[in-house]
Amino acid sequence: LSGAADRILVLGLGNILLGDEGVGVRVAEALQAEYAFDPDIDIVDGGTSGMDMLDIVADRPHVIVVDAVNTGDPPGTLVTLTGEAAPAFFRNRISPHQLGLSDLLGALALMDRRPKGLTLVGCVPESLDTNLELTPRVAAQVPEMLEMVVDALKGLGVRATRTSAAA
Amino acid sequence: MRITVDPITRIEGHLRVDCEVEDGAVTNAWASGQMWRGIELILQGRDPRDAWVFAQRICGVCTTVHAIASVRSVENALDLEVPLNAQFIRNMIVGAHAVHDHIVHFYQLSAVDWVDIVSALQADPERASRLAQGLSDWHRNGVGEFRAVQQKLQAFVDSGQLGIFGSGYWGHPAMVLEPEVNLLAVVHYMQALEYQRRANDIVAVLGTKTPHIQNLAVGGVANPINFDSQSTLTLERLMMVRRAIDDIGAFVKQVYLPDVAAIGAMYADWTGYGAGITNYLCVPDMPLDTRGTEFALPGGFIENGDVGTFRAISGYHDAYFQDGVKESTKHAWYTDDRPLHPYEGKTEPNYTDFQDDGKYSWVKAPTFYDKRAQVGPLANVLCMYAAGHEPTQRYTDMALQMVGSIADLGGPLPVDALHSTIGRHAARAVRCAVLHDELDGQWNRLMENIGSGDTDTFNRPVFPEGEVSGVGFHEAPRGVLSHWTVIRDGKIANYQAVVPTTWNAGPRDDNDEIGPYEASLLDNPVADPELPLEVIRTVHSFDPCLACAIHMVDTEERELVRVKVS
Repeated sequence: LSGAADRILVLGLGNILLGDEGVGVRVAEALQAEYAFDPDIDIVDGGTSGMDMLDIVADRPHVIVVDAVNTGDPPGTLVTLTGEAAPAFFRNRISPHQLGLSDLLGALALMDRRPKGLTLVGCVPESLDTNLELTPRVAAQVPEMLEMVVDALKGLGVRATRTSAAA
Repeated sequence: MRITVDPITRIEGHLRVDCEVEDGAVTNAWASGQMWRGIELILQGRDPRDAWVFAQRICGVCTTVHAIASVRSVENALDLEVPLNAQFIRNMIVGAHAVHDHIVHFYQLSAVDWVDIVSALQADPERASRLAQGLSDWHRNGVGEFRAVQQKLQAFVDSGQLGIFGSGYWGHPAMVLEPEVNLLAVVHYMQALEYQRRANDIVAVLGTKTPHIQNLAVGGVANPINFDSQSTLTLERLMMVRRAIDDIGAFVKQVYLPDVAAIGAMYADWTGYGAGITNYLCVPDMPLDTRGTEFALPGGFIENGDVGTFRAISGYHDAYFQDGVKESTKHAWYTDDRPLHPYEGKTEPNYTDFQDDGKYSWVKAPTFYDKRAQVGPLANVLCMYAAGHEPTQRYTDMALQMVGSIADLGGPLPVDALHSTIGRHAARAVRCAVLHDELDGQWNRLMENIGSGDTDTFNRPVFPEGEVSGVGFHEAPRGVLSHWTVIRDGKIANYQAVVPTTWNAGPRDDNDEIGPYEASLLDNPVADPELPLEVIRTVHSFDPCLACAIHMVDTEERELVRVKVS
């Protein structure tokens, strides 16, 4: 996977075993299955990994992270952040997963290999119960999240074309 | 006085630790897992051939280890043999994963417990470089690199980005290293970022994808071996693996091992703290035959810190391991009324509140023949040492010798010093060196086996009518991992994962005996209850991983860590 660092990366994060916590991965899967991109991009299901993704994230011109977020807003609320606000987002959290993206970005900063841009597309979850399915409320937001990612890509000069309808 | 650290940072998952402190030392302790998993429930009713795909999502750090334990448990239930090529490929994946994990644990996650990053700015780079050159022949200990790293660190501090080193305890009275040693550690912290990647490259090439490997199957691996086809495991890819193995070796043996010895020597008092439970359990790993009766790395059980009591676990079908494991929930938030064997294990929550004498954790308390056991690299190294495993003895003696000479002891540090907080770090470095040698061994075995004309990688599993059960175990970076599967008519009827951190972080058991984390904290010094660095040091030395695993971005700013003193 290293060696593709000139491409934009869409990184879906979260634990698919914990209901809405996996929404980022679900969006990444849908993006992979339903769209074509020009120029091509990389889409990675990062799960809940941290340092394992060092090479995947390093040196990218831009990374769009799709994840469940806790903003204090009602479940299903969508968030998009870009520029300096996005990394600050990761830094300030105290999620149970301490070694996530903020540590990775810190390590990459030390190595001078940080991605040049970062966008966060997030959704506030309703349920984190042990379950492989999204709740209806969050599932209903997936098309909108796909549009948010497509819009973000457009702003970065990538044209996304839908190749198949959602299942 | 009682202190509560909640959560313990720079670990995976949410762990709370409470300590009673009197006269500057810990007199009682409680370890509490603050997250409910219950992830095993998702597997019930599923096809056992798919279980590993879900199991590897249990934890973001330990993806491959859960995957491997899962396929082994199903293979064990079916008495299914695994082709030699598949064993060697799997062995290299888990070996490379562990090397990566150990390097990251020491440099990126726990070094800041011992190393004062800010103090490194005061170091004389020339002196620091000479000091490093005195420790080993590592080719990147030159003054140029030391000076460059110090300048970079200064730039980071000036721009207020020190936070990337985690919430470190700069200037804490328990930090005793001189500035030059601190700089040496920072230089190697940076280098570790480069070399851990190379270990991960091996996982990526053999596992066909990271962070979630895709090449496993119940019955073998899905890597067809064909040197003429590009879509398979080609000679070119195996040579990539070879180069990565070669690249990592010098870092492990000339940097990681000497650094741990040096820091250990300078914190020699920490060989006297943190022993805790000295019953040690580990399992044999890296099978060398198709049935799992011969292993490159031995495993077994040691009681009361006496290596003379070592009893081996002989293989995947040895009842000694299978029959010995039970889990108590007397002090955990579940409903069981007695300790249960994992095949009968339940996951029914019963949350009360934090009760010092009652239930206080989501982690169960496992026992081995009704005894508490410590697991992890220290258990692994002591057992392999006791079993006469030559590379383990060699690297252990080397580390003890280095500590002895750096600390001017007039001889090697005794093996008994390993029963300690700093001993767990030393053992992890020794294990990393042993695993690196064995990566080399497994690569050679694979090449020889393919060279002999064997290209088998998969035996098709067949599921019988009725009920079968099996255990799959793996000596993971944090210790004994076991997955227990009950299969009825080809579907999963029960599934339990007894993970390494369950062994170590478990609360009091059915006899109210305290667990390994808790026991290791007793008598630890605490210089400043508001900044209990010493507590953190001992807990981090186990490399806790309670993730299992939530990864939600929290945008509501909160205080980083609560240390409550009452």
